[in-house]
Amino acid sequence: MHMHKYEKIWLVFGGITLIVFLSVIGVSAFAMGHHPPSDMTTIDPEKVKETAPFDDPGLKKIGDNEYEAVMVAQAFMFGEPLEVPKGATVHFKVTSADVVHGFSIPGTNVNMMITPGHINTITHKFDEAGEFLIICNEYCGVGHQAMSGKIEVN
Amino acid sequence: METTLINRKDAKLSLAHLYVGFIAVLLGGIAGLLQTFVRSGAITLPAGIGYYQLLTAHGVLLALVFTTYFIIGFLYSGISKTTGTLAEGPRKLGWAGYYVMTTGTVITTIMILTNDASVLYTFYAPLQASPWFYIGLALVVIGSWISGAGMFRQYRNWKKANPGQLSPLFSFMAVMTMLLWLIATLGVAATVVLQLIPWSFGWVDTINVLLSRTLFWYFGHPLVYFWLLPAYICWYVIIPKIIGGKIFSDSLARLSFVLFLLFSIPVGFHHQLLESGVSHTWKFIQVTLTFMVIVPSLMTAFSLFATFELSGRQKGARGLFGWVKKLPWKDARFFAPFMGMLIFIPAGAGGIINASNQLNQVIHNTLWVTGHFHLTVATSVALTFFGIAYWLIPHLTGRTLTKKINLLANIQTIIWVVGMAMMSGAMHTVGLLGAPRRTAYTTYGDYPDALGWIPYEVAMAVGGSFLFIGILVLIYIVVHLSFFAPKGVEAYPIGEVADQAERTPTILENWKLWIGVCIALILFAYTIPIMEIIENAPPGSPGFRLW
Repeated sequence: MHMHKYEKIWLVFGGITLIVFLSVIGVSAFAMGHHPPSDMTTIDPEKVKETAPFDDPGLKKIGDNEYEAVMVAQAFMFGEPLEVPKGATVHFKVTSADVVHGFSIPGTNVNMMITPGHINTITHKFDEAGEFLIICNEYCGVGHQAMSGKIEVN
Repeated sequence: METTLINRKDAKLSLAHLYVGFIAVLLGGIAGLLQTFVRSGAITLPAGIGYYQLLTAHGVLLALVFTTYFIIGFLYSGISKTTGTLAEGPRKLGWAGYYVMTTGTVITTIMILTNDASVLYTFYAPLQASPWFYIGLALVVIGSWISGAGMFRQYRNWKKANPGQLSPLFSFMAVMTMLLWLIATLGVAATVVLQLIPWSFGWVDTINVLLSRTLFWYFGHPLVYFWLLPAYICWYVIIPKIIGGKIFSDSLARLSFVLFLLFSIPVGFHHQLLESGVSHTWKFIQVTLTFMVIVPSLMTAFSLFATFELSGRQKGARGLFGWVKKLPWKDARFFAPFMGMLIFIPAGAGGIINASNQLNQVIHNTLWVTGHFHLTVATSVALTFFGIAYWLIPHLTGRTLTKKINLLANIQTIIWVVGMAMMSGAMHTVGLLGAPRRTAYTTYGDYPDALGWIPYEVAMAVGGSFLFIGILVLIYIVVHLSFFAPKGVEAYPIGEVADQAERTPTILENWKLWIGVCIALILFAYTIPIMEIIENAPPGSPGFRLW
């Protein structure tokens, strides 16, 4: 099929940007490990509170200034506030006891979906002191706008 | 000047669709206006109406009802115009589809009004609505299939009567649009009929949430192309005629539609990037396929501006940009769709951000996303549809678009663009700050960041008010063109292909080939992940009614 010269130039330019975009994303994902949260672990959504580690949610120290935060999202709360020291690396491990929820900490890159039957995980290093808010950013019912949690970084 | 009207029976069928669509715009617009006031804390809703109930109504009426009815009405009219009066069979199928869809729309609307379905228009399980909500939606989809079958039949009749000839561009594009819709809706029909309806009736206790979400998003992304392609039909076929130019290239137009069919479906995971249970490899593969859609988008942009420039130069324009002045800026049939095209540039760029593996993390489920699709569907698509209505309604009612109404339509476009710039601009900005979408008024206990979002939410309400005024002006125009405008003949603008354009290769109309490639791509992108979702499925979820 014949194409106008300018159109060829335009499409070649478009094709090159496409390759550049995809390379940036691909390298960032596969070489630098910046994958979106994609945990493959499952759980019985009706037995969350009897299943480890969600039978004992909260903050656990697992290393030098490194913590695991086990949390259950449910209408319309995330559980007790957490307190970590400045510079702490926190591995969030979250599941849902009822419907789909969101898990996001504004001002950080922490943002993931919490679907019932699945566990999702994300890691964040809190380099600055202050109070951080965890909010549910997926509609979950009449109290959705009140669903939040707190992280105190000292 | 074209002086023939399409067949009056065909006109009646199209009008019936357009009227339902514009009633949905009015009702959905009222819901939208109230939402912006609630979200910014300006009012609280009376009479026990819920914010999320309004949000469900807004989404269903505008994103599903307005678009689907308008599209089917528009496509039927163009098919009648370009392939000749509808045969008895296709017209009957059109009416059958209309009644099935309308029955479904009424049932769904009642369920929303009685607060039995405040699950938003994406109805994510395991929030569980009344089974009748899902049945209503299923009827809308089935009705649209019947209408699509009517168009396919009319197209096939034409091909049989004109062996070896290239079909009219409009009818080719209409068939492509309905084919895309048919293949895409198989996913949502599967989750609604096989999962949600049995589960909401209590015939089964639990549901596979991830499978349901995956089937939904298999449909959810091509859904936006189902909205866009009819707008592209206007841009490719209608606009060249209105500006007094020619279609730049018939084959490029057809090729871009083929590519939209191929690359809009096997990409749903880019809406599920942040969820567990789908491996990051498959997410990346679908992100790659998503980006392919950039190619036909760039082709479309090129063709459109080539048409503008060529027609401008034919009218004697000089210099690099002299042709810009030759465009008919005062013609509402051009101005409204043109503003839609212009806004598609930032809208498309935003879409590339959304689909990017890592950047998605920053904006997912924030108001940025709401801002994004208010640019794409609620501006690019909506303004184009309004621009079509300005000549299509009088053509169908045997009336004319007067100078006065044309001016009012241009004012409507300006109101819309200003209102949307404010509302969508505020949504994009506050989304980057982390403000969640689909959330009623909240300060999270006077949390400072959340308090900082309020001014943007006020800007959203101001923009929303502009848009509502725009809707009132639009409805006035629609009513006027339907019942009060002077009788006459309004042209149905169908562009002709430029003389120097190359002959279109017949391979572009080889449906078996493109459907085959489309299915192969879908199987490639979805077979393994869906098998994994089913094999590694956790115990299912019971339903919840949390509103």
